[in-house]
Amino acid sequence: MRYNERELLCLARQPAEKAAEIRMSVPKKGSVLKKRLVKLVVNFLFYFRTDEAEPIGALLLEHCRITKEEENVFSISFIEEPERKYCFECASEEQCQEWVEALKRASYEFLRRSLIFYRNEIQKMTGKDPLEQYGISEEARFQLGTHHQ
Amino acid sequence: MKLNERSVAHYATCDSPADHTGFLRKRVERHHHHAHHYGTSYQRRWFVLKGNLLFYFEERESREPVGLVVLEGCTVELCEAAEEFAFAIRFDDAGARAYVLVADGQATMEAWVKALSRASFDYMRLVVKELEKQLEEACKSLAACRKSPRRSSSSGRKRHLSNPALLPLQEKPAILENGYSTWGSGGCVPGGASGPDYDEGQVKPPPLPPRRRSATGSATGSPAPGLSPAMLQSPVSPDTICFSKLHDWYGQEIVALRREWQERQKRGY
Repeated sequence: MRYNERELLCLARQPAEKAAEIRMSVPKKGSVLKKRLVKLVVNFLFYFRTDEAEPIGALLLEHCRITKEEENVFSISFIEEPERKYCFECASEEQCQEWVEALKRASYEFLRRSLIFYRNEIQKMTGKDPLEQYGISEEARFQLGTHHQ
Repeated sequence: MKLNERSVAHYATCDSPADHTGFLRKRVERHHHHAHHYGTSYQRRWFVLKGNLLFYFEERESREPVGLVVLEGCTVELCEAAEEFAFAIRFDDAGARAYVLVADGQATMEAWVKALSRASFDYMRLVVKELEKQLEEACKSLAACRKSPRRSSSSGRKRHLSNPALLPLQEKPAILENGYSTWGSGGCVPGGASGPDYDEGQVKPPPLPPRRRSATGSATGSPAPGLSPAMLQSPVSPDTICFSKLHDWYGQEIVALRREWQERQKRGY
């Protein structure tokens, strides 16, 4: 699958929602925890060797599961392959919890659900659709309930 | 750079809602293996927009996308290609290629341009924050109304006024992954907003993310000329930032980029 890697690399250089040096392992046989610079930008998690400017890799954070594992450790896995886990060992339990919370909110799907929720609540309370003033109330992605195409 | 391609492809084809789909003709770029030396050619592809990701498939029934365009930081413009109903997805950084796409009519072109220009994660995040703020304000005014019952108006609201603890929470979404656990489990909070970022006892407006791209393409994200830096760098507070200002500001940036692009066109780039 082709993709605009150049733009993704550019995105990796943007200010991050969250960034830290965390020990990380990939779901490959014999993989060990290695210190990486981990950077959350929109719905992508980039990871770099600590002395390099270009990331080794990127994880799209849609349809993933963020799991708190043992102390200081959390993992990311994806719906279709739940046994393949990217593991992250933080410096403290507090840092671990912060990352788990941040990553759970870092998907477009989460934003969409939040938006639908708020829209609905506001509509119930005020009788008005808050999206109308922005001209986006008819867009399919903001409608209540799932829709299939 | 590695990407979790298998998962990305799965996201493209699974039945989570697509924001826009349709056939478009995609211009073949110079270094493409299908490119010819002279003239331009186009390939018809089935496009699926999900969030800030634009996938394209060889056929509508294809089980895997042939490509993906990550839309963060792009601008979408009508373009003066030889083709009618053509538009382009362009990126800020120097030398970046443009994706030229051709729709089959005015209406589909406009629908695509509209959908794509608002597809970024940043945009979505701003809308959500604005609604979060509005909900907070609605709750506050509701609480104020409760204190003086004579001010209550519609019968619809009386239900809420008499039973503030029973502000119903929207039913839980079907997809349980990523993001589910931070809401849906909070239940109802009397007199307050129930939502993803709600902290017990107080609602904290989340800080505005720093500006990602500027018209000048600087990596530090310096603000477009004419706008105060304070608006952009400081954490958002409901009194100082309003969504329509930011909405206008995005619009200004698009105008500036368009002007730049048109100048580049004149110079023959």
